[in-house]
Amino acid sequence: MNRKLYSFNGGIHPEGHKDVSSTTAIRSMPLLARYVVPLRQHIGTPARILVRAGDTVLRGQPIAAAEGYVSTAVHAPTSGRVIAVEARPVPHPSGLYDLCVVIESDGLDQAAEFLPMDWKALDPSALRNRLRDAGLAGLGGAVFPSYIKLNPGAARSLDTLILNGAECEPWITCDDRLMRERAGEILQGVAVMRHMLGARQVLIGIEDNKPEALAALRAAVVDGEVEIVAVPTVYPGGAGKQLTYTLTGRENPAGARSTDIGVQVFNVGTAHALYRAVILGEPLLSRIVTVTGHVARPGNFEVRLGTPVRDLIDAAGGALAGASGEVVGGPMMGFDLEDRSAPITKAVNCILVKDRAHFPERPPALPCIRCGACARACPARLQPFELYWFSRAKDFGKAQAYDLFDCIECGCCSFVCPSHIPLVDFFRFAKSEIWEREQHKSGADQARARHEFKEFRLEREKQEKSEKLAAKVAENRAKDAPADLQAQAKHAILQAAMERAMKTREGIAPRNTEHLPPAVEQEIAAIEARRHAAEATDH
Amino acid sequence: MNGSPYILSERNSVTVVMLKVLAALVPGIIAHTWLFGPGILVSLLLCGAFAIGFEAFILLMRGIPLKPFLSDGSVLVTAALLALALPTLAPWWLYLTGMFFAVVIAKQLYGGLGQNLFNPAMVAYAALIVSFPVYMTQWAAPQYLANHTPTLLEAFDLVFSGGGSISPDAYTSATVLDTWKTQARLGKAVAEIRGLPIFGWAGGRGSEIVALMYLGGGLLLLWNRVITWHIPVAFLVGIAATAGVLHGIEPTRHADALFHLLSGAALLGAFFIATDPVTAASTPRGKLIYAALAGFLTVIIRTFGGYPDGVAFAILLTNVAVPFIDAYTQPRVFGHRNGGKT
Repeated sequence: MNRKLYSFNGGIHPEGHKDVSSTTAIRSMPLLARYVVPLRQHIGTPARILVRAGDTVLRGQPIAAAEGYVSTAVHAPTSGRVIAVEARPVPHPSGLYDLCVVIESDGLDQAAEFLPMDWKALDPSALRNRLRDAGLAGLGGAVFPSYIKLNPGAARSLDTLILNGAECEPWITCDDRLMRERAGEILQGVAVMRHMLGARQVLIGIEDNKPEALAALRAAVVDGEVEIVAVPTVYPGGAGKQLTYTLTGRENPAGARSTDIGVQVFNVGTAHALYRAVILGEPLLSRIVTVTGHVARPGNFEVRLGTPVRDLIDAAGGALAGASGEVVGGPMMGFDLEDRSAPITKAVNCILVKDRAHFPERPPALPCIRCGACARACPARLQPFELYWFSRAKDFGKAQAYDLFDCIECGCCSFVCPSHIPLVDFFRFAKSEIWEREQHKSGADQARARHEFKEFRLEREKQEKSEKLAAKVAENRAKDAPADLQAQAKHAILQAAMERAMKTREGIAPRNTEHLPPAVEQEIAAIEARRHAAEATDH
Repeated sequence: MNGSPYILSERNSVTVVMLKVLAALVPGIIAHTWLFGPGILVSLLLCGAFAIGFEAFILLMRGIPLKPFLSDGSVLVTAALLALALPTLAPWWLYLTGMFFAVVIAKQLYGGLGQNLFNPAMVAYAALIVSFPVYMTQWAAPQYLANHTPTLLEAFDLVFSGGGSISPDAYTSATVLDTWKTQARLGKAVAEIRGLPIFGWAGGRGSEIVALMYLGGGLLLLWNRVITWHIPVAFLVGIAATAGVLHGIEPTRHADALFHLLSGAALLGAFFIATDPVTAASTPRGKLIYAALAGFLTVIIRTFGGYPDGVAFAILLTNVAVPFIDAYTQPRVFGHRNGGKT
């Protein structure tokens, strides 16, 4: 209770609007006739498809399996027939289509067999693989496959396990409701996490604007082994690195994992999903989604993954007259939904229906006056206005030197800017531009290495021919030519060339860009468009 | 179309920032009017009108929409600061020339709002004091010294037609800093100079009250978070420390720190001029270095330079160093060890 808390730089206090959706209990949705389930609902490689059109599936049956290391499985949200496997609109900032399994419900909602996991007895690696096959991914929004994060690594233990119940984004209340209504289940999931990670202490950080959630969890704690901590309400207090700092005073080193400072962070929703997967044996089939803003009956819903956004909004009574579009996520970090037929995925925690009164058009941008309000608000302690000048001038080298890639895109700078400059848009543009260039460059480097090797090979073949010729000539004269030595020399030359090629490739490995999702490629087009728009408003 | 965030901090705009700065100047302006007569109102009005005229003219020439840029209020702040830095009751063309330098040369030719390297008001002040030194030293005398303090109408008359019958000696006097400079050159001792009727309890009689009003306005800006404490504190500490050392070495020749803080443009500069975000250093440590340097130079110029006050030149000189200071004072980024570099 009297834990010392640390406060990070800056942050903002936007209007919460939490009570719009937090006052009613989580509602369930009627069974729909059709679900659209994307194969890419997590960070990493899309899941590998296991079904074909015409197949019948049961609720909870895997329809796609994890592909490679950073991946996780996808399951059928209900029983029925696969009617198509095709590209459909997905909730993504780019507005692009992605491969989805379309399932026509048979109305029976028949479940596959769910096998609870004996988590105390199971071999850790086997348990992790089962979680991967259960489709578990971080439900806070980053959707990183959970089974990877539940590996304590060589150390076999962890200092601090943090559960993120801060929910700092305005309007969103799905974690709040989940904590109020299912505190016990969350704690059961936490117990499994603690077991898997060998965590010394467990902290659950909740912003102090959620007294009911704090009370519910405190009441549910039995053994006193989990500490429920009220953290100050300041956006972005729920960002992983910021919450870690608030609770422990430890800064996640740039470019390193949180485990390097002995910390692992999970969203409370993930703990709840883990409970269902382990204790009930049920794979990740649904999540809590807040539907709020300009809708008739805002609130939180238990939503099957694959539910089209349109149906979810209808379940909330439909958008009211004067609605001006939907945001996926919160107003600070969300993105505009291009198509209401896009489905709810593991990453979607909120559908916010906008209206002009709450979300007015951003006024035209004025020039930056270097007032530094953005720097004072920046939780990463960056100088956003400097990054803005560099990004605008496309001086990307300078932008990187000023640590552009430490920007978490929380939006605080854009929120406070008196000149109304869409700073984060500039940073997204600069990041993707740098990323694209690095890709280009590594592509070009590979091509050059290939070309050089080809030249080298041709040269070598020529040389070998003439050597053979010379050898024959020499053979005719004497039979003591040191052929072995020549072969060794050739091998050394080849080795050196390969090493050179490897080195150049390593040298241009993108600095600071490890955290970018592979989906960024698709984002580039959208960002390009945004940049044009941003440049247009900039003058 | 813009991406997130979709919400903005309410009632926060460049216009609001500028209006807050203007509002914070009001106490000083009232004190000035009360102690030196309504002449200041005439020069404020003229500078404001000229400023808007020049700004609109250049914006039109550059093909930039007038409304957002005229309504940002920045040009009015420049005008107010220059008007407060210039003698009142000077001929109208002095204000015109000043605003030309400030708005056209120092601001718009550099690219307009946010682009200028030098504080526009201080560029204008420097240009005027170099070009018209005589007019720049004829300040309206405080009411208690003047035989006659011009009324508002008389002030207009003086500014536009030179006043005709009234001799400038009747309503002008040198400033305290000016008096100090001339008297010190004559070899007078500190105590003797301080005995002159123009001196008050710490600075100039009357002008020290105006300076304290600027201090009050500045505290309002701090309270409203328009500015941070770094620049005013470092600037005033820079002045006090430098003056204190000089005074400590030769107390009979050099004025004390409090005198330097309360005379000339020290307090106006600390809160309103050195804090101009466009031309000041922007990092926390950079602000401290920048402002302390400006404070140091202010006293050095006042004491050893050719002009009575040094605030304008000190700020212009440190403006030059701002990109350098900023580059080397970047704060440590979250998760980095030092200097913002991994």
